[in-house]
Amino acid sequence: MNIVVPIKFVPDLVEEMTIDESGAALDRTWLRLIINEFDDHAIEQAILLKERGGGQVMVVAPEVEGVDDVLYTAAAKGAGRLIKLTGDLGNANNHALARVFATAAKDLQPDLVLIGVQAHDDLDGAVGPLLAEYLGMPYLGYVSAVEVSDGKATVRKEYPGGLMAEMEVTLPAVLGIQAAEHPPRYVVTSKIYQAMEATTIEAQAVGELDPSGGLTVDRMFQPEAAERATMIEGDLTSIATKLVEIFKELSVLQ
Amino acid sequence: MKQDIYVLIEYLRGQVADISCVMLAAARELAQGTNGLVVGVLLGHNAQGLASDPLSGSGQWLAADRMLYVDHPALAEFTADAYQKALAGLIKDNMPCVVLFGDTSVGAEVANGLSARLGLPLVSHCYGVRVDGSVLKFVSKICGGKIMAEGALPETTTLVTMIPGGFKPEHGRGAQPPEVTTVASPALEGLRISLKQYIEPTAGDVDISREPVLIAVGRGVQRQNNLALAEDLAKALGGVVCGSRPVVDQGWLPTTRLVGKSGKSVKPKIYLALGISGAPEHVEALTGSEVIIAINTDPSAPIFNIARYGAAVDLLEVVPVLTEKVKQARSA
Repeated sequence: MNIVVPIKFVPDLVEEMTIDESGAALDRTWLRLIINEFDDHAIEQAILLKERGGGQVMVVAPEVEGVDDVLYTAAAKGAGRLIKLTGDLGNANNHALARVFATAAKDLQPDLVLIGVQAHDDLDGAVGPLLAEYLGMPYLGYVSAVEVSDGKATVRKEYPGGLMAEMEVTLPAVLGIQAAEHPPRYVVTSKIYQAMEATTIEAQAVGELDPSGGLTVDRMFQPEAAERATMIEGDLTSIATKLVEIFKELSVLQ
Repeated sequence: MKQDIYVLIEYLRGQVADISCVMLAAARELAQGTNGLVVGVLLGHNAQGLASDPLSGSGQWLAADRMLYVDHPALAEFTADAYQKALAGLIKDNMPCVVLFGDTSVGAEVANGLSARLGLPLVSHCYGVRVDGSVLKFVSKICGGKIMAEGALPETTTLVTMIPGGFKPEHGRGAQPPEVTTVASPALEGLRISLKQYIEPTAGDVDISREPVLIAVGRGVQRQNNLALAEDLAKALGGVVCGSRPVVDQGWLPTTRLVGKSGKSVKPKIYLALGISGAPEHVEALTGSEVIIAINTDPSAPIFNIARYGAAVDLLEVVPVLTEKVKQARSA
């Protein structure tokens, strides 16, 4: 079974984000990009499926700073092929990215495409369901468990409010992973070094991007709070003391 | 292109989701700018009853000018491919100005697929819409709630997936039943997705939606061992521990304790958010809380925008001290 996992990179939310001079985009000068965490879950789910039923896991990523490390880490976990898409993908919208992924994925003849259900910077849609349409495959998202047999995948899909459903989809299909059955595994650095030695990253140049279906943003800003929290200052003891006072005021503590 | 605003009425097992009313409120705002109608679209099978009285017996109706009802056996339960096929024709034939969907595991899936299939632009994570002169504007909440992105809605038919928060659901309910028109369903053949069964939420655990004191932990808890700090505080305070997605995905808390879009919505007297950044999919489940207190090392974390009190400190440092203080207060 061929499992393709296309991944994208997103700003690390732990870092401070600023708006650039245009006022309509994030300042990318110091922006730290990390793998979209849901894509990390998609890699994990792909590896779990491979471990259970065999097959090959192929990870496809756009070229950004740090991509090689992410790809080699995937190889250390068990991905067999690493494909890096080169070209001007830094500002590609999700429609353009999905089209690029579709072209790359077609050559890999996937039975299953696993991809993060969303990314926190999605603005013109999520990559997964767009990709599914461009590939002519069905899409099922918000998936947190996958079993494959007889050309079908049985998946667990999450609905709002804690309800879940067991759904069946004919392969080939694209699944949007909300969470892998197990949290993404940790790999030690020595294993990543081994993967660097043993695996080659295949570079593939992408053609001209087609961003149609995307949006134009006129302004980006940090949300203004209607009423920001009253911040409690001081050392740990005085913060704790103040919180206890608040608990008492609210009659949570008598 | 027509001026009407379409809304896909989202429901699950006969219950209309709140997001449907949020979208109708947003649609009304847009329709005032376009001089069009607000049209609710409900897909189902043998669901005429739901289409004509979606808020069943509440004496209130969806605040739409018209309802379109599409009936087909394949639409009895939600699947993205049947919904997409049924909606593709409806959208192409009518080319409404805007079609609103919930940014949920139902709506987002349909909207995204339709964007690619019909070549129509899509706005995701949309928090608000407004009319600015002759221009319709969207604002989306991205990057975990840290950034707002604003722009003009494209002039062609645009698909929008909405998150809650920007419009009140009560503004999407009305006192007048809208006229319901049944629309013929296209042939829904070659479907590749089917529902096998619903899996009920695990029973037996505490129901966090009923607990008055919730100690919620997020990514800031860092390690499974550190959950004991929250447990100790919960015990001292007489509360229950719950968490955000990353903690549940790690398997550190059962899914019954998940607060957020795919978990429970809560309405405690006090919600103590420990190491939770306040991403939109978490925050939308907290709106019923009386008082939110947030502890997070990042002073720019969006959780402080909705909390009443906050402290920008490390939960791992402050929680043990707090637990001691609570114990002292109890024994005093």
